[in-house]
Amino acid sequence: MSKKTIELVNKNLAKRKRAEKRFRLYGISAIGFGLACLLFLFTDIIGKGHTAFLQTYVKLNVTMDAGVLEISDINNETEVAAANYQGVIKQALRDRFPDVSGRRDKRKLYALVSNGAGFDLRKELEAKPELLGQNFDIWVLADDDIDTYIKSRGDDPAQAFTERMSDKQLLWVETLLAEGAIEKRFNRVFFENGDSREPEIAGIRGALMGSLLTLFVTFILSFPIGVAAAIYLEEYAPKNRFTDFIEVNINNLAAVPSIIFGLLGLAIFINLFEMQRSIPLVGGMVLTLMTLPTIIISSRAAIKSVPPSIKEAAMGLGASKMQVILHHTLPLAMPGMMTGAIIGMAQALGETAPLLMIGMVAFIVDIPGAINDPATALPVQIFLWSDSPERAFVERTSAAIMVLLGFLITMNAVAVWMRRRLERRW
Amino acid sequence: MDTSTLFMTLLIVIAVAYVSGRKRAMSLADKSKGGFSNLNSLPFYHGALAALWCGIPSLLLLLGWKLFENSIIENLIISGFPDAVKSLPESELGLMMNTVRNIAEGANIGVDPAPYLLEAAARLQDVEATSQFGVTAITISLCVAFACAAIWHIYPEKKARNQVETTFKNLLLVSASLAIFTTVAIVFSVLFESLRFFEKVPFFDFVFGLEWSPQMALRADQVGGSGAFGAVPLFAGTLLISFIALLVAVPSGLMAAIYLSEYASTKVRQIVKPLLEILAGIPTVVYGFFAALTVAPFIRDSGGWVVDFMGLQMVVSSESALAAGLVMGIMIIPFVSSLSDDVIAAVPQAMRDGSLGLGATKSETVKNVIIPAALPGIVSGVLLAASRAIGETMIVVMAAGLAANLTANPLESVTTVTVQIVTLLVGDQEFDSPKTLSAFALGLMLFVVTLLLNVIALHVVKKYREQYE
Repeated sequence: MSKKTIELVNKNLAKRKRAEKRFRLYGISAIGFGLACLLFLFTDIIGKGHTAFLQTYVKLNVTMDAGVLEISDINNETEVAAANYQGVIKQALRDRFPDVSGRRDKRKLYALVSNGAGFDLRKELEAKPELLGQNFDIWVLADDDIDTYIKSRGDDPAQAFTERMSDKQLLWVETLLAEGAIEKRFNRVFFENGDSREPEIAGIRGALMGSLLTLFVTFILSFPIGVAAAIYLEEYAPKNRFTDFIEVNINNLAAVPSIIFGLLGLAIFINLFEMQRSIPLVGGMVLTLMTLPTIIISSRAAIKSVPPSIKEAAMGLGASKMQVILHHTLPLAMPGMMTGAIIGMAQALGETAPLLMIGMVAFIVDIPGAINDPATALPVQIFLWSDSPERAFVERTSAAIMVLLGFLITMNAVAVWMRRRLERRW
Repeated sequence: MDTSTLFMTLLIVIAVAYVSGRKRAMSLADKSKGGFSNLNSLPFYHGALAALWCGIPSLLLLLGWKLFENSIIENLIISGFPDAVKSLPESELGLMMNTVRNIAEGANIGVDPAPYLLEAAARLQDVEATSQFGVTAITISLCVAFACAAIWHIYPEKKARNQVETTFKNLLLVSASLAIFTTVAIVFSVLFESLRFFEKVPFFDFVFGLEWSPQMALRADQVGGSGAFGAVPLFAGTLLISFIALLVAVPSGLMAAIYLSEYASTKVRQIVKPLLEILAGIPTVVYGFFAALTVAPFIRDSGGWVVDFMGLQMVVSSESALAAGLVMGIMIIPFVSSLSDDVIAAVPQAMRDGSLGLGATKSETVKNVIIPAALPGIVSGVLLAASRAIGETMIVVMAAGLAANLTANPLESVTTVTVQIVTLLVGDQEFDSPKTLSAFALGLMLFVVTLLLNVIALHVVKKYREQYE
């Protein structure tokens, strides 16, 4: 009989081993799938975005002609500010390609250079008034179509993206390129400017400042409140229905979709209290409500990890409850709480949907400087740009994503480092 | 004084109150009677009590003033308008108010404004200046007065410690209760606007209606613009995309968790687990961009090829539900895997050993012992992942469509509840049109459904969990 059983087992053994192998394979492929997605996502974003860190510039030989600029007095600030710099650039382009005639061709020619190039000239002139009337070489921003062409061209003109350029423009660009008057440089504009409709002068500075201000408000509000709530729940809360109710609410809030918090902000802060739309203050308040559960939960864990013996020793020496908390529990739990707070802030930094609801999606050129200036945030800027049809905005969107991911990775790395270095094991 | 300076001034007054309260308490400590021991409480508590007395009332007053200032000033200005203007609908009054504000701030509004608007702008500047002066004067004098009273009132036997400790505890309690206030605020804000919506559109038309086109007629006699608020296509679209997402996330998340906890060595686990969790930390707007610009075109092209190959008469939309669902699935893989990992790890080792000891292979142990034991936890994890998927906004806003198609075909474009909320509420809106209010009704549905899923998930865990220890 036992022989029969062993035969039965042996007969199935190969099959069972195969099943075992298959199962392992499923597991490995599941993990492989996840990691492949991660890898693909990052390479896709970086592949699309790395080009945005370089920007095409065109060398022009400009003459700061007072007549063209319409400047009669160099010391008159308003006149210098409102001068016709675009005219000087157009003049320079016409001088460079003297055989261009006809309105349409001229307009095509002018389109080689960005509309923002005038600002560069203005800055130059404001810094050095003696340049008036002089003739000099200057590198100005190229238009985004030229930029896209140059970047997609590489060393082989056949591969280039030429859909938005006319044949004549191609010819001009190739001429300029051949004589070294077109160059790619580090894209400072991207980090120094606010939003713009022109891709080549659009930057993330405004959005970045908006995000920082919003995060500042979020941190100032959510960290003290979250820590206070955690202390109450861990140290004071009696075991009763009210405490249970608070805990249920915190757990539920942690799972409420973020867009609902946006609806709350819209209905309460903007509609009921008539606060201004699009400002980091309201954005920060909404994100505070959203991140509070995260901070409370991690702060509670940090408080729990402080050994009771320390608290008991302090109490035994006559410390009051408040003294025990302020002098012993809080300092010992602080690294854990900060770690939780950083992770909560990283969450808030990446959040978009609630900010859409409270109007932080406006087109804002100015760089916000205070918590009640209209602003957008970095993720919202990504959302706005991703809707733009220009190819140059695609690379800028990807570059903005890279900046955002850079911030998030740094924040999380700091959190991990803090947990390793500062958290004490008892 | 502007508000931030005022706030700083108040903080300084509070700090001064603390220091001088402490000083006074120390000076009261009579050396002949044994120094501090004749004080009921330490000087710190006396100082803190003075600071609390002067800080809490004045800061609360400042907060309240700032919260209600705008609406009160607005009412004041509007009540000064001519009667004919006053009877305009609320939305136009709001626009009028904006014009007045712009004039008052000196912005160029283009046309010559009506004289009553200029007058209102002048009055607005006047009232705002008065209000700012008022709040500065009142809060600072309140603060100083309370500080003086509190400091003067210090005497050795005063039980400052008890008072400070009680206040401390109460402040903590208020912070903890904020979670309740938030929930209540969510419920009320969504509920009130939804009730206003249901006054205009019957509840059952909303929940069971098959057509969604939230355009309202601008004029009463306009043809064909009455608007349809049947939310079924939105619910269907949401479910379709969430279903696709779960189809991706549940098998791979679960298998990844099983492999990591049962097969992988500690080293592999330590590297792979954080890497997978990165997927959960990537902002949703990034996934949205990825879905809209990479995955959706890929599916459109390759899907189009497959459809041609099979000779089907179908168009693959560039905003297909499949693209949004796939990417959303990738996003929630780590969510499913870490929740399942926790419950699998909670299954006692003795059960594994028992099963292996009886001759079962590892996979048989997993299938027949571990998964059944961990099932309640896994189910609850899946429910939580579903609630995540339903409430996810940015991916679908960027990658799914706007047209409310009632279809089960994942290659077509569908729209979801969250997409509609965003499109209805982004930009300027009037708060009395059903179009805007419908977004709140959708928000209510979303809130109720996600809440229910969470409650059920918790219940499943509580009720069906096997107690091993």
